[in-house]
Amino acid sequence: MSEHILVSTRKGLFEVMRNGGGWEVAEGAFLGDNVTLALHDPRDGTDYAALNHGHFGVKLHRRDRNGAWREIAAPAYPEKPEGLDDRDGWGKPVNWTTQMIWSLAAGGPDEPGTIWAGTMPGGLFRSRDRGETWQMIRPLWDMPERNRWMGGGADIPGIHSICVDPRSSRTVRVAISCGGVWVTHDGGETWAQCAHGMRYDDGPEGVADDPGTQDPHMMVQCPSAPERFWVQHHCGIWRSADDARSWQQVKALPSSFGFGVVVHPHDPDTAWFVPGIKDEKRYPVDGRLVVTRTRDGGETFEALSQGLPQRHAYDIVFRHALAGDETGKRLGFGSTTGNLWVSENGGDSWQTVSTSLPPIHAVRFVR
Amino acid sequence: MAKVFFTANLRRHVDCAGMDADGLTVREVLAQVFAAQDRLGAYVLDDQGALRKHMTILVDGRRIRDRERLSDAVSPSSEIWVMQALSGG
Repeated sequence: MSEHILVSTRKGLFEVMRNGGGWEVAEGAFLGDNVTLALHDPRDGTDYAALNHGHFGVKLHRRDRNGAWREIAAPAYPEKPEGLDDRDGWGKPVNWTTQMIWSLAAGGPDEPGTIWAGTMPGGLFRSRDRGETWQMIRPLWDMPERNRWMGGGADIPGIHSICVDPRSSRTVRVAISCGGVWVTHDGGETWAQCAHGMRYDDGPEGVADDPGTQDPHMMVQCPSAPERFWVQHHCGIWRSADDARSWQQVKALPSSFGFGVVVHPHDPDTAWFVPGIKDEKRYPVDGRLVVTRTRDGGETFEALSQGLPQRHAYDIVFRHALAGDETGKRLGFGSTTGNLWVSENGGDSWQTVSTSLPPIHAVRFVR
Repeated sequence: MAKVFFTANLRRHVDCAGMDADGLTVREVLAQVFAAQDRLGAYVLDDQGALRKHMTILVDGRRIRDRERLSDAVSPSSEIWVMQALSGG
């Protein structure tokens, strides 16, 4: 079981360690700087941290096992062709510059050193050398359908979820806000849309259910049952049992709105979410913070509240800020309010680790 | 040769000693500086080579006009300051 969590926040990266029966913030790195995401690669023990300096751009740092952090190359967009009128789904010109590293994923066990990065404004990148150099996956970027992608809550579209298939490292699925879900079976050479079944609550037919403009907030794939997927979407929760070829909506109480989702690594029927009221009111229902859990594939949900604030809680948990370890027993989540909780029993009860961290972007367990 | 200066805020993130460099435009001068100092260019310019949004460059006390191509002229005696705004909470 994991005893170590990386917490990426608006003002630094914090290492949270299990100490005795409790958890504590042990140390911080990049203090004062905006760390938007971290990745722990269990294949070689390497950690990666994505920073967004605002003024100075998006940077990437790497820490080798037992080493120190050092800056490596960040994914960079190729030169925009002269005269190209490249616009997103809102009709706004696309700035070919990395504006956020919104997802980081390790490649398969058969491709050591391979790392994937999803970015705003929508470019997918792959490194074969642990982030020393990056190549943009041009076939995805060059699709005409990419010009229909648009920002959701953010101003510009981006890739926030990357699922490398455990059965074949050449099969990769990415989820895009707002551009649906795309799959490649040949390592990125060709791509197909696979968000069929997702839909918005409002809008005319043909638009509301258009796969190519759906807003999945987060997508996860069950490692032990890789044909099974979960998506927390802008308009609810969807599941797939057929390799993401079709999606079915399920309903949770007190709400199906949220950002993050975690699937149990050994039980595809078990998944966790942290709900808010809904898209235009982003805070916990009645100010009571709960984690919702299904253990039957979404037929029913429990609202887990033991150890979580049940009065005047206005915490929102971003899509990468809910995480589980490799056993499915330990879970952690951090909020925009800077609160951090850990569970050691699959969400039945929660320990408060801190109530004074900066706004939390991402939580990741280290193996 | 023109003299190029950087702020302490930038030096917190990346080594960037001020240095002298030749060139007829801001782009030419900075290209020499960035060739000599690894990673510095990506802190100042975006992926397309344009000045990052909250950065500015002063040539002899005047803000440059061409933020995309950095074509503003410099002379051998020019002083070039690479600066940024700071904001946030």
